[in-house]
Amino acid sequence: MQNAEALNIDHFERPKKNYLNNGTTLKSWLLTKDHKRIAIMYLITVSLFFMTGGIYAATIRLELLTPASDLLNTNTYNKVFTAHGILMIFFFLIPAIPAVLGNFFLPIMIGAKDLALPRINLLSLYIYWLAGGFAIWALLQGGVDTGWTFYVPYSTTFSNTYVLAVGLAVFINGFSSILTGLNFIVTVHTMRAPGMTWFRLPLFVWSHYAVSLVMVLGTPVIAITVLLLALERFAHIGIFDPAIGGDPILFQHMFWFYSHPAVYIMILPGMGVVSELIPNFARKKIFGYEFVAFSSIAIAVFGFLVWGHHLFVSGQSIYAGMVFSFLTMVVAVPSAIKMFNWTATLYKGSISYETPMLYGLGFMGLFFIGGMTGLILGALGLDVHLTDTYFVVAHFHYVMVGGQVIAYLGGLHYWWPKMTGKMYSEFWGRISAMLVFVGFNLTFFPQFILGFMGMPRRYAAYPPEFQVLNIFSTAGASVLGIGLVMPVLYLGHSLLYGRNAGDNPWMLPGLEWRTSSPPPTENFETTPIVTWEAYDFGEDSGLDFEEARRRELAPVI
Amino acid sequence: MEYNSWVPLLPEQASSFAGQVDLLYFYLILVSIAFAIPIGVGIFYFMIRYRERERFASTEGIHGSIVLETTWSIIPFLVSMTIFLGGAYVFFNQYTIPKDGMEIYVVGKQWMWKIQHSTGQREINELHIPVNTTIKLTMTTEDVIHDFYVPAFRTKADIVPGRYSYLWFKPTKPGKYHLFCAEYCGLNHSGMGGWVYVMEQKDFDNWLAGNTSGQTPVEMGKDLFYNKLGCASCHAGGPAQRGAKLEGIYGKEVKLTGGGTVIADDNYIRESILTPTAKIVDGYQPIMPTFKGQVTDEQLNGLVAYIKSLSGVTGSSTTVSTTSAPAANTASNSASPAQASNANTPRRADRGSNSQGSNPKAPGPTRRP
Repeated sequence: MQNAEALNIDHFERPKKNYLNNGTTLKSWLLTKDHKRIAIMYLITVSLFFMTGGIYAATIRLELLTPASDLLNTNTYNKVFTAHGILMIFFFLIPAIPAVLGNFFLPIMIGAKDLALPRINLLSLYIYWLAGGFAIWALLQGGVDTGWTFYVPYSTTFSNTYVLAVGLAVFINGFSSILTGLNFIVTVHTMRAPGMTWFRLPLFVWSHYAVSLVMVLGTPVIAITVLLLALERFAHIGIFDPAIGGDPILFQHMFWFYSHPAVYIMILPGMGVVSELIPNFARKKIFGYEFVAFSSIAIAVFGFLVWGHHLFVSGQSIYAGMVFSFLTMVVAVPSAIKMFNWTATLYKGSISYETPMLYGLGFMGLFFIGGMTGLILGALGLDVHLTDTYFVVAHFHYVMVGGQVIAYLGGLHYWWPKMTGKMYSEFWGRISAMLVFVGFNLTFFPQFILGFMGMPRRYAAYPPEFQVLNIFSTAGASVLGIGLVMPVLYLGHSLLYGRNAGDNPWMLPGLEWRTSSPPPTENFETTPIVTWEAYDFGEDSGLDFEEARRRELAPVI
Repeated sequence: MEYNSWVPLLPEQASSFAGQVDLLYFYLILVSIAFAIPIGVGIFYFMIRYRERERFASTEGIHGSIVLETTWSIIPFLVSMTIFLGGAYVFFNQYTIPKDGMEIYVVGKQWMWKIQHSTGQREINELHIPVNTTIKLTMTTEDVIHDFYVPAFRTKADIVPGRYSYLWFKPTKPGKYHLFCAEYCGLNHSGMGGWVYVMEQKDFDNWLAGNTSGQTPVEMGKDLFYNKLGCASCHAGGPAQRGAKLEGIYGKEVKLTGGGTVIADDNYIRESILTPTAKIVDGYQPIMPTFKGQVTDEQLNGLVAYIKSLSGVTGSSTTVSTTSAPAANTASNSASPAQASNANTPRRADRGSNSQGSNPKAPGPTRRP
């Protein structure tokens, strides 16, 4: 409680020491054990990868403006979409929310001084850098043209490109994921502050707990798969290529056994962020806390049982297909539960529409479409027609971009004042959030129609009747691109010229808002004692709303 | 296909199950709308009704409702089960290969489709078929995974190396339809396409009459069997023959040395030609040499067709099992030690000569340029 009071009184007074000014040398950053500094270094790195992947995406959209393969030759096009997929999935989407926002806020939200294993945390950053370096090196050498799925025997026997180097990058990167997941699990079990029971954990922590389980259990399988692929390619040991006694379908099973759960690695943290945004900006307790929490766990568990829905047309037994389709339908239920609970949370709230909330609401709309089209693809008879077409491309972009990227941006705007102590321009934030939403829909909605019309994915050239919709898509991509570049400008601007955010600009009850902005290296002056439920806006929260209202009316100095 | 300036939402419905697929699609769109209405109306109504009226207002803490949670768990589950059942029903129709039908062989290779009719016609990147006839494709690939996809027929299937894949459809509407390769297969993947021409029966008969060059697969197989490959020296010749008897075996159970049986289907015959020691028929010695690298996929198709004809099975009435069969066969393929020992044979030597120029990897296993 004393934290809350301290915060209410010292609103405009910046603490002398915080994690940013505690050491300014390069060494103090590179050898830090502070989860917040590690998160900032992750933030810079994933942003660079996101920009690189985005440039590849822009190139793809430009090429697809016309039916012929004219801007790029097919060889280059194949390398470009592969690079886009690999950079975005392995080096942006998977680490984005856990390694940046999770790293920064998971310890603070449970009232801990740091993650349980700070050195391991730094190690996982270095592993990520090493893997990223390998990936960039391989791309500079000439890249790889297998698609991010590395299907055999193309990748082991036929491709002339740098499959081994990129495979090694993916292999190494997995360890970063595993260590981060392990660190989160240990932290949530052992580092919670007094009074922070499991059912007082913010839902962001629950979803990170679920995603950590998937990271720890799933990632070793991709490492094994890539290793076997390398053995076959390098040493000609017949594992996957039927010409030397292997089975190509085995590869697909192993690949998707990781890569489908990886889809949940890429969406669960996003759901965690939205589970923060909706109740906090509706200023209301989340509806059905336990159901939202356990639906994350259910998604993590069932997510491991549905990999076969990527193999409906690949010669898998039709009965196996039916089992996987059934399980795919089951895994939709916990996602539906989340959607309904978020909606119900708005009921009788006091909803304000700051930038993070716009992203949160945008997430709900886009994830709804992504989820429903997932059911369409999970329906066997439809998947036979739709798999490997643009319908699939549109679907997973609705989940990955409409879900995870939107949630990541929402989370970044939400916690930016806490991370930097500065407030960005609310006006430009809202404009950019709306541009992203409109641009995204314009880019990817036409692709559902293209997919049902039968346009296959990974095509550098396509029949002319598909051009109109492709022009829409490229036009939308330019709007989306502008929307995504804008935050770089106004967030960067806020670092230099932004007004001081104060410790709790929105008067929210979470523990992260009960320490200074930016937080001190040890996160809290004294270890907090938690006496309130998550998202408690009532009296128990100990926040002085009257005082906050008075202050808001007073002129800002 | 005519180029329309307006944007169509569906491709042509040109196969017997295309209507079912579209019906399922409309059902799912309906379900999506049915869920979107309560959620969307709820969100927008709450957004306006409960917008912030006082800065930093406190709200009442509603914990939740078991009744509501149960409702919105069970209803989506039940609806998803109807989707599952509908999908499974259509899928079963798409992927259960009918007994009768016109059999056509398809060979996919980087980056073209080679098609062979049972009457001897060959086509490249084009498939001519009569309307209202059940068409069965027996498909194989010379290199990587391809996928035979005709959007107007609403069906596709991956063609996986080392085994036969099957696809069937019954075209219902004459016309010219796109044929795509839907599984990424390298450099010119987007160029690996063509057209399917669905023709009235009499037009198809005319087309057939004008294109009768070449042998039928059975004739080609017989020629290979007796003359080119010399199979006949062991596999024909009455009671004293050294090789297993082939007459009448197709579709039957065959006893193997060391116990166990296998059904003599297409994949078994293919495997026995390429890897004879994988499964030895009871009562015979493992003396047959491998023909891997010596026969092309088309020649293999011919041999299989000929061996089938020895059992009185012609191209138009084979007993191809469902798609589950190839999966089972491949499992036994990968377990065979004999295949691993063949790893030193020149790879991809069975590639047609005209592919050499277009494939940067052919034929050796070298990787870097």
